[in-house]
Amino acid sequence: MSEAVNITVSSGGFDAVVQGIIDYFVSQIPFWQDILLPALFDGLFVTLQLVLLTAPFGFILGMLVAVSRVYGPKPLKWLAKLYVIFFRGCPLLVLLFILYFGLPSIGIVLGSYLSALFGFILCNSAYNSEYLRGALQSVKQGQMTAARSLGMNKIQAIFYVIIPQALRRALPGVSNEFIYLIKYSSLAYVVTVIELTGAAKIIASKYFMYFEAFAAVGIFYLVLVTIATVGIHFLEKKLAIPGVSGVINK
Amino acid sequence: MNNTTDIPILRVENLCKSYGDLHVLKNVSFEIRRGEKKVFVGPSGTGKSTLLRCINQLTVPDSGFVYLNGEEITNSGKKINEYRQKMGMVFQNFNLFDHLTAVRNIELALLKVKKMSKADAHKKAMDELERVGMADRADFYPAQLSGGQAQRVSIARALAMDPEVMLFDEPTSALDPELKREVMEVMRKLAEGGMTCIVVTHEMKFATSFATEILLMEKGEIVERGNPADIPTSPNFVRTREFMGSYVEE
Repeated sequence: MSEAVNITVSSGGFDAVVQGIIDYFVSQIPFWQDILLPALFDGLFVTLQLVLLTAPFGFILGMLVAVSRVYGPKPLKWLAKLYVIFFRGCPLLVLLFILYFGLPSIGIVLGSYLSALFGFILCNSAYNSEYLRGALQSVKQGQMTAARSLGMNKIQAIFYVIIPQALRRALPGVSNEFIYLIKYSSLAYVVTVIELTGAAKIIASKYFMYFEAFAAVGIFYLVLVTIATVGIHFLEKKLAIPGVSGVINK
Repeated sequence: MNNTTDIPILRVENLCKSYGDLHVLKNVSFEIRRGEKKVFVGPSGTGKSTLLRCINQLTVPDSGFVYLNGEEITNSGKKINEYRQKMGMVFQNFNLFDHLTAVRNIELALLKVKKMSKADAHKKAMDELERVGMADRADFYPAQLSGGQAQRVSIARALAMDPEVMLFDEPTSALDPELKREVMEVMRKLAEGGMTCIVVTHEMKFATSFATEILLMEKGEIVERGNPADIPTSPNFVRTREFMGSYVEE
């Protein structure tokens, strides 16, 4: 690579520089086509798996934790609180190390893929639970009172009245966490799951193409996040209700 | 007079409630028969709203009893959800479910509590909206309704459960004079239909024309009570006249 740049510079002239750059990129096409992109697409598939499996479980678990904290009986409240303190307080990297390297020493072998998945779900749910807790607490007390006055029990009131409102208010926070998840899924690579970043790292060091490999990975993540952002925006718009979330339609 | 009308619909016996050192209710007792309209008046913070909430156990009283058709509903455990359906409640702040349209606000409890079919619930909900003159706003969200409209929908929501007694907790306090009138009109229509009502209000004019009995509460106790027609002259209403006077002077 450095050779090619040197030649164009030494021969001088604008056209020659342009020609040199074009030549350089053309010479790179086989590498991208046959080596880098196939590897990255394999990695992308793993990343998508991790993200799409983590998101629903992280969300549901987060909701359970949040509801327990706001409406649960005292012992459950404390359990949920401890859960958040532990899994939000523990760096994800450390958590992954504990799951992958630590647990086998007490006889639990999860393997790299499950270690990564469980680590992500635990971390994702702890953060989600805080967004959801805030949203649950923001629903006016009168909503619960009215539901109970009509003869609903507490669980019905939470499910049919409180949660539908809280969800809409938590959406910006929860989707923020989803986008963050796309990016921290790259940590799976430290427990030897070959996802997007891992794939790039392998190619980069094998062919000594660090710039190309990581630039390409950066673009992959950017595209993923952009798609997610558009999707979330669409969802927010679709779920918007005047007076609960979104702009009031006049 | 037969036996069923002999038993009061609702009997409140020695109800007490305190928050710390503050005794909000001190041995409040009264009963109401079918078709009667009891209106509680009195200075703010004297326990009128707490009394209503203690009747349907939204606030659990410290001691005392409430009987609905002769059955004790205090300490009734889970059965309270059945009893509450028979006591429709209307709140000062309407407390419509913000995420549901007017008609779905009414349908929700019919579907989930009364386990009605979708078609039946919808028909019942539309009938009730018709009754309060809100059928044309069926698909509006609470945020898109005026205060008076929202309160009429909340009255319809309570009526849909076919209650035996309606509890109104300052139903017009959050409304401007014009909107107050439309809500009072609905209440009057209900009363003419024979509905049993317990009302807490600061509208003295409305109270005297609506009530079959006026009860003045002060510092957690019923201090004066009687036929509203006697207010101007009877020695039983000295304090009530004073209280009303302070309203007129304002």
